[in-house]
Amino acid sequence: MKIHEYQAKQLFAKYGVPVPKGYPAFTVEEAVAGAEKLIAETGSEIVVVKAQIHAGGRGKGGGVKVCKGAADAKATAEQILGMQLVTHQTGPEGQKVRRLYIEAGSAIERELYLSAVVDRETRRIAFMASTEGGMDIEEVAAHTPEKIISFHVDPAVGLAGYQAREFAYALGIQKHGKAAVAQFVKLMGSLFEFFTKEDCSLCEINPLVVTKSGELVALDGKVDFDDNAEFRHPEWNTLRDTAEEDEIELEAKAIGLNYVSLDGNVGCLVNGAGLAMGTMDIIKHFGGEKGVSPANFLDVGGGANQKQVTEAFKIILKSPKVKAIFVNIFGGIMKCDVIANGVVAAAKELGLKVPLVVRLEGTNVDLGRKILSESGLAITAATTMADGAQKVVAAVLGT
Amino acid sequence: MSVLVGKNTRLLVQGITGSAGSFHAKSMMDYGTNVVGGVTPGRGGEMFEGKAPVFDTVAKAVRETGANASVIFVPPPGAADSILEAFDAGIELVVCITEGIPVTDMLRVRRVLEGLKGQRLIGPNCPGIITPDACKIGIMPGHIHKTGPIGVVSKSGTLTYEAVGQLSAMGVGQSTCIGIGGDPVAGMDFIDVLELFENDPGTEGIILIGEIGGSAEINAAEYIKKHVKKPVAGFIAGATAPPGKRMGHAGAIISGGKGTAAEKIAALEAAGVRVAPTPSDMASTLMSLMKR
Repeated sequence: MKIHEYQAKQLFAKYGVPVPKGYPAFTVEEAVAGAEKLIAETGSEIVVVKAQIHAGGRGKGGGVKVCKGAADAKATAEQILGMQLVTHQTGPEGQKVRRLYIEAGSAIERELYLSAVVDRETRRIAFMASTEGGMDIEEVAAHTPEKIISFHVDPAVGLAGYQAREFAYALGIQKHGKAAVAQFVKLMGSLFEFFTKEDCSLCEINPLVVTKSGELVALDGKVDFDDNAEFRHPEWNTLRDTAEEDEIELEAKAIGLNYVSLDGNVGCLVNGAGLAMGTMDIIKHFGGEKGVSPANFLDVGGGANQKQVTEAFKIILKSPKVKAIFVNIFGGIMKCDVIANGVVAAAKELGLKVPLVVRLEGTNVDLGRKILSESGLAITAATTMADGAQKVVAAVLGT
Repeated sequence: MSVLVGKNTRLLVQGITGSAGSFHAKSMMDYGTNVVGGVTPGRGGEMFEGKAPVFDTVAKAVRETGANASVIFVPPPGAADSILEAFDAGIELVVCITEGIPVTDMLRVRRVLEGLKGQRLIGPNCPGIITPDACKIGIMPGHIHKTGPIGVVSKSGTLTYEAVGQLSAMGVGQSTCIGIGGDPVAGMDFIDVLELFENDPGTEGIILIGEIGGSAEINAAEYIKKHVKKPVAGFIAGATAPPGKRMGHAGAIISGGKGTAAEKIAALEAAGVRVAPTPSDMASTLMSLMKR
């Protein structure tokens, strides 16, 4: 789960990671009020108006502007709020800006990069840092990998002081004085505590700046939470911004289905994540060159009931691009007759507007097939995945 | 022959009184697995299905039953703790079925596992392990399996069933099938299982099923190139998955342009693995390689 920059910074502040003063704003009026407050509090006219969307690359896309005075901040807020912000992570249609963050300006001496991530290779939390702050870190990794330093944290030990000091000296923090080194080591400790207590899977500060007065400040904050840890973080509900998420995916999640929208024309209903991916692959294999491809990833899970199957059909049919549906089930715990009853109920309730190909295998398969064939519905039965994929491709092409 | 589990396996079910635990404990017993007991704190002294005693702790269950394997159906908040409890009680093979364990919990479990000798973890978020007609530990449909010479190792449950279904339909049985799960931090990986299959005289060919995300399949390819002489067929799910989108499994996500199906397929093919063009051809691809 992703959160906004301003939410990340509020959490940073709670754990002792220094951040500039700032106020979130949902309207231009709130933006102006925030700017006036900051100017009064800091005595500086410089404020930064920052678009809050979950995608990165906001600065390059024109979503972050430095302003002088409240009037300038107002004009900028009017311009950014409501715009379709296009970045390398949003896709060409962009993401609508619904929230702003009004932040005090910082006098920047140096820009650094600092992040922590769960590294699946080493099965450790990895910290990464670079002197090339403010840049796209993937570019730095591709062209000058020697400029990225890293270490791993032993879960039995936690972050060790020497690891933080090694980073400090490698980044040249000592140039800004002994106090800066001490502040950096403390910041690393705060970040590690934040990362583990809040169940992050990624936390990135880019840039972490050294100000003209030698202070370290997190100028940006990108945080991803581990979805699996949601059960112990009821407060995540208040941090979730559903406007940033795919509407159909959210609806699917609410009824216990795993759904991802894609841009093809075959709706897929499958049990199991691997088989669901494999089903997408085999449709593309047989239909890709003919313009037939999957419209979604949908895993109904191992214990779906008849109602969930019906709901899954409704969700698939929400996309006007869907020209046929492929149901591919290998029943284990999931019994084929349950799926068959769900398919029949859904088809009767919603009407069979597009061709439906069903492949059933596994537990209670004979019963499932019998239910389908006796339903009187125009369901195309398939024996194997390949047979089903070829039949659904033919159905889309009308052949 | 088989690997890890067989007729000598004495199984405990952790979470045996829960809905998933009791359902699958019964199904494992029906398959012929020797379920010697179960564990649910607070329910010690009860009898499950009139056959398996329930204990409050794994330590006590091991002392009284001599269990050497354990399967975990405990919900996510307590699942990592249950794995640690099984390790501490000396269980040799711990199979964790639970889906949705926080990754930081699994980091700690891995750290403990690294210090253990002769103890193994399969999963979490996996279907389990089965040696056909001898021992089923997990949630797979037992009836699709058949005794024979093929080892199957997979990150995906239903794709494993698919491969097994194809093999059995061709009259080819399996030595042991192991689902290692789709989480980013887990127990046994492809290499651990490949090593067992390579050294098992009862295994003549191997099917390896991977998916997008991470680099376990790339590491497996390197291992196969150096150490595996038996024929291996493979499949990598997710060639059509877009980057940055989690495909069900927590680990199945292409990030930073890494972990794509294309790079994994290329690595496996370079190691001599024959990769099936579609998931419908996994068994036939292995058979063509074995010329059966």
